[in-house]
Amino acid sequence: MGLRKVAIVGAGITKFVRRAEETGPEMSYLAAKMALDQAGLKLKDVEMVTVGSAPDAFDGVHMKGEYLLSGAGGNNKQYIRNFVGGGTGVFAPIHGWMHVASGACDVCLVVCSEKMSSCHPHPQGAFLTIFDHTTEQPLNPTLIWIFALEMRRYMETYGLSKTDIARVSVKNKNNALDHPSAQVAEAVTLEDVLNSEVLAEPVHRLDISPASDGAAAVVLVSEDVAKRLTDKPIWIDGVGWNLDTAYWATKDLYYPRYVEKAARMAYEMAGITEPQKQIHVAEPYDPFDYKELHHMEGLLLCERGEAARLTAEGYTARNGNLPVCPSGGALGVGNPIAATGLMKVIEIFLQLREEAGKRQVPGKPKVGVAQAWGDLMQVGTVIVLRR
Amino acid sequence: MKEGVAIVGIGVTGFTSVSPSLSFKEITYSAAVKAYSEAGLSPKDIDSFITASEDFMEGYSIFDEYVPDQLGAVLRPVQTVTADFLQALGIGYMMINTGRFRTIAIEAHSKSSNIKTLDEVQSFALDPVYLRPLKENSTFLAGLEMKRFLKDSGNTEEQCAHVVIKNKKNALYNTNAAYGANLTVDDILSSQPISLPLKHLDVAEPADGAIVVVLASHNEAKALCKNPIWIKGIAWFSGQGNPWSRNLCSADYATLAARKAFAMAGITNPIKEIDFAEVCDEYSYKELQHLESMGIVRKGEAGFLTENGATGLDGILPVNVSGGSLGVGHTFEASGGMKTYEAVLQLRNQAGKRQIKDARVGLVQSWRGIPTATGAVAILSNE
Repeated sequence: MGLRKVAIVGAGITKFVRRAEETGPEMSYLAAKMALDQAGLKLKDVEMVTVGSAPDAFDGVHMKGEYLLSGAGGNNKQYIRNFVGGGTGVFAPIHGWMHVASGACDVCLVVCSEKMSSCHPHPQGAFLTIFDHTTEQPLNPTLIWIFALEMRRYMETYGLSKTDIARVSVKNKNNALDHPSAQVAEAVTLEDVLNSEVLAEPVHRLDISPASDGAAAVVLVSEDVAKRLTDKPIWIDGVGWNLDTAYWATKDLYYPRYVEKAARMAYEMAGITEPQKQIHVAEPYDPFDYKELHHMEGLLLCERGEAARLTAEGYTARNGNLPVCPSGGALGVGNPIAATGLMKVIEIFLQLREEAGKRQVPGKPKVGVAQAWGDLMQVGTVIVLRR
Repeated sequence: MKEGVAIVGIGVTGFTSVSPSLSFKEITYSAAVKAYSEAGLSPKDIDSFITASEDFMEGYSIFDEYVPDQLGAVLRPVQTVTADFLQALGIGYMMINTGRFRTIAIEAHSKSSNIKTLDEVQSFALDPVYLRPLKENSTFLAGLEMKRFLKDSGNTEEQCAHVVIKNKKNALYNTNAAYGANLTVDDILSSQPISLPLKHLDVAEPADGAIVVVLASHNEAKALCKNPIWIKGIAWFSGQGNPWSRNLCSADYATLAARKAFAMAGITNPIKEIDFAEVCDEYSYKELQHLESMGIVRKGEAGFLTENGATGLDGILPVNVSGGSLGVGHTFEASGGMKTYEAVLQLRNQAGKRQIKDARVGLVQSWRGIPTATGAVAILSNE
């Protein structure tokens, strides 16, 4: 039994907005419809559906997968929801890959939908219960609080300044000006980021992606079907994921070892031995600006501690040697958690098809990587796509 | 490489109505240790891990954070599906069939005794726009469905009571069961109304427990294990997702999943080819509805057959020999796992007093509960 090849043949993304009028199922429908239209398929051609969405607490709906089912096209089909916290958006197409690569089906619809705005007064509230109820919740930690710790540790380890980190936010928010789904694209300057409101030192408001509503979808098919549908299939060449301990306070936070493990798993499958040379475009997860740097290092796209210097030199700009987050990333396009991860996979898909419009990176990229991250500084999900 | 996926190790903790001295981590850990030692593997030898869980049942957002430590799965490929254990088993089966994984561990647990307001948590599964404004406990949907099913199929409330009697009696022979009892039809019919015709004793009571299974590819299973239990067919399906536009008479998800699982296993005459079935009986009528919807018995006959002992321990097709959810306890995401455990014991000839003679092929079926129309079917065999 040889490995079955799996291709992405269609993709759709809704607008990412602070507060969508549509419900979660409705946004799922919109994204799924766009993806199927691009693939030239109808819902009846879809055999199985896998859905990704972050915690149920955003929507306040128990068994959210079942709630999203009708909108995501799951009626009378094999339908399941996969879930690895913030890493879900890149894990969902990995889940779809399992469906097709195993021979269980030839056409699998992957939908990621997130509606954070239902959570009042702010979706941060949904994160209060991610912490251990005995050892952590009594401290009243927030996500921004723990990421301030991580950011500080990263800066300290490599002697980085706030300016080194803020360049990522400037790059991504400017990149997003060309993304039709973007929520917080803005021609910001370094000054703007550095002078924005302090949330938990060293994290300022413009270091962080916003809370968003949005959905994204892709259609995955087997090799035979791909060849019938398109002359530009984009192949899933490698998949990897990895989950670290829940006891995050016992780890050194300067380096995401779980991302490296996930990346190595995906690279091994894709036959990538020198990621710095063999990968042409990357979409690491950037919910905070330092996270892009952290993740570039975890993805082995540069040496440890080098990512900030490369960013300053323009190496990661859209026309740089290794364009990173040409989409605008979570910082610019917005961050409806699971949909963001899939948006990143879709950006690589579009870049490899040379259909990214104004966002197109030069040099006809052949191989790209997308990555998401989540939980308590814990999970890395990595997918390698090839033209 | 020969195709085929087998269960090579299984471990459970429970099932009990409460477990105050143990955390969910501890019950999971002890199930995992049993499963790994049966399989003769260290968790380091296991290629990937899957958990079936739901945030609201755990009281955590992003519960998948708390999965790896007690499974020995730190810094390993771990995923969660918000689904029944049996669906997770299906994903594990798929992963092995990709050819990139040789062994997979699958976990599910219930710590429902920790939940102070179980009914309210379950009501959060109702659609916020269409159903919550009715301000009803979600069990009202089960009452509606039961009424519709009985009216359309011709089965009766008394026959549903016989399901309860049978399953709770079977549970008396199962040391892992929390709710074994000797009851009469009158006990059940006169129990407190929940949402008529559904009564208190028609509803499975919650239980705590954990299950871990180790799956292996054909070659790996042959090398690891003398008595592998093979997955011959497995499928999960969802019917109409919205309860208000659903046909309440039959369980479409069970029909679709059974059709596919039977086709995979090459089963054409289920009642003859299957030696026993562990069927979802979260509510008494569901056992009848599922047997009919899967096409194992004809429409309207499940009640009659139950009443006359055809689904009893010595019947033509023993159903829920374990005691089912009514007898063992309802374990939510772990329900399919509890039933898989029974099937594995039966197929390994390890079920003790309730052993079915010469059991070769077993069916396991699950449903995700109100208000869903999602369920799974697996066909397991020792050959």
